Amino acid sequence: MSEQAQAASKTGEAPLIEARGLVREFGGLRAVDGVSIALEHGEMVGLIGPNGAGKTTLFNLLAGSLRPSSGRIRICGVDVSTAGPDSRLRLGVGRTFQIPRPFAAMTVLENVLTGRQNQTGERIAMNFLQPGRVAAEERRAVDKARALLDFVTLSRLENEPARVLSGGQRKLLELARILMADPQAILLDEPAAGVNPALLELIIDRLRMLNGDGKTILLIEHNMDMVGRLCGRVVAMASGRLLAEGAPAAVAANPDVVAAYLGEAA
Amino acid sequence: MIGALLSYGAFFMTTALIYAIVCLGLNVQWGQTGLFNVGVAGFVAIGAYVSALLTTPAAPGRFAGFDLPIAIGWLGGAVIAGLLSFLLGALTIRLRADYLAIATFGAAVVIHLCMLNLQSLTGGPFGIGFIPRPFASYAGEPLEFGFLNLALLAGVVLMLYLSLERLLRSPWGRVLRAIREDEAAALALGKNSIRFRLQAFAVGGAIMGLAGAAQAHFIGFIAPDNYQPTLTFQVWAMLIVGGSGNNRGAVLGAIVVWAVWAISGGAIAAIFPAGEQARAASLQIVLIGLALCAILLWRPRGILGEVKIVSRHLAGLSAQRAQPSFAVKDERLDGEKT
Repeated sequence: MSEQAQAASKTGEAPLIEARGLVREFGGLRAVDGVSIALEHGEMVGLIGPNGAGKTTLFNLLAGSLRPSSGRIRICGVDVSTAGPDSRLRLGVGRTFQIPRPFAAMTVLENVLTGRQNQTGERIAMNFLQPGRVAAEERRAVDKARALLDFVTLSRLENEPARVLSGGQRKLLELARILMADPQAILLDEPAAGVNPALLELIIDRLRMLNGDGKTILLIEHNMDMVGRLCGRVVAMASGRLLAEGAPAAVAANPDVVAAYLGEAA
Repeated sequence: MIGALLSYGAFFMTTALIYAIVCLGLNVQWGQTGLFNVGVAGFVAIGAYVSALLTTPAAPGRFAGFDLPIAIGWLGGAVIAGLLSFLLGALTIRLRADYLAIATFGAAVVIHLCMLNLQSLTGGPFGIGFIPRPFASYAGEPLEFGFLNLALLAGVVLMLYLSLERLLRSPWGRVLRAIREDEAAALALGKNSIRFRLQAFAVGGAIMGLAGAAQAHFIGFIAPDNYQPTLTFQVWAMLIVGGSGNNRGAVLGAIVVWAVWAISGGAIAAIFPAGEQARAASLQIVLIGLALCAILLWRPRGILGEVKIVSRHLAGLSAQRAQPSFAVKDERLDGEKT
């Protein structure tokens, strides 16, 4: 995290993530059409909406994988509207992908180790000039990565290449990998999609633990039961716009939200 | 007779080790980072010409000829080739795999045309001769001369291999592999992929330049025709046969493919009548192509392939594995999607 961001987070004034008037166009389609959203420190917020509502595009804008056509994004008060995903992670915002993207040929442990930030050994010359420091950092990183693999119950697989993992295990690996970077906020894109009930309970439990430890979480999820159990606040989107915002039960009962979900079928 | 065989053996191995250096360079770019460089010959050529210009005596009608020590020439060849790779990379490294391939191929053609046409610098089609050879004072005794050169090259390859192994197994190497596997995911984990790709491209280019310099001084004469796409093809075949992503594989592949090349060359000379030999020489390329197909079909990861756990810091640590604090109840928590 930069000093600027640290100073801002200490004052506690600026939201962790704040987006204003975000627009993203793909050709003639406005996938995100004037969305303003703020995420306070320590919140767990659910983002719901029918398919094609623009949730993942909004995520990509917040994470820096896409540039907004217009609008501004701030992390702890720092304008990051045009910054890439790597600089946003430095400011404390990390993300996972809807379809997990493991480094297939690398082992599970190496996948997690890659998430570590500011490694001396990532600079060519330091591997020759200060090998002791590189090795010491690496030992600490391995300890932390193993703790995270325990946390997501993948320890037994640490020396297997990530390509052997099942769909649900890949989601857990993505979670461990981004936690390795120590982000303040995590954007999770459908962490429970296509996951069996036993694993779903594990994911819910782990997200609750992370939020309890102070991590801010923004969650895209279709499973309203899961959103209701986890999130204090829910934001509903449809056709690129915000429809409703509030407590899960209230949003789920909101006539506009119901119409948006049913509207697809009607 | 034995003396002649031994000195041919030394010559053979020295040449193979020079290819091994190029192959190690390509392994950094392709094997580790997934950068599709099909302009290998161009970077080798730059190293060769720069070193030749630095070390040859001044000649009338030709710019340069600085008469510097051979070591300076090798170093200069590597540095300039690395620098040019960096500049070319700065322009092209954002291109995706196949587009980067087209750009590097174009660069190699441009370099070849420059060698042919910048006569006052490169000597044009006739190239540069009388490049000083290491251990030239032993030139009268072929056996000593051959083995001294072999020892020198073996030393260079060993140093390079050890340095590259350290890098391959370091956090730097890990980031390169992550970028090769999935660049978007690496970016989302805070890795500035452009910076790392550029570094890998420049390091690989410098190593190819070093190989070019070594070869120029070993043969003593260079000309543009040494640096045709055939060279690029040979080096690619070596890396794929030996095992992309594995430095030992790169060295082994260079020796194996060079052996196929040299033996088939000898066989063609023995079998075909003198008039047909120029055409029959194409069979060597056919043979390498066949060997490549066979490897890709039966052993797609090459003879040695990438090792499973690459980081050097992990090797000793796996034994001290602590018990997991979160017990895993089920063998497979998630059996639906595999």
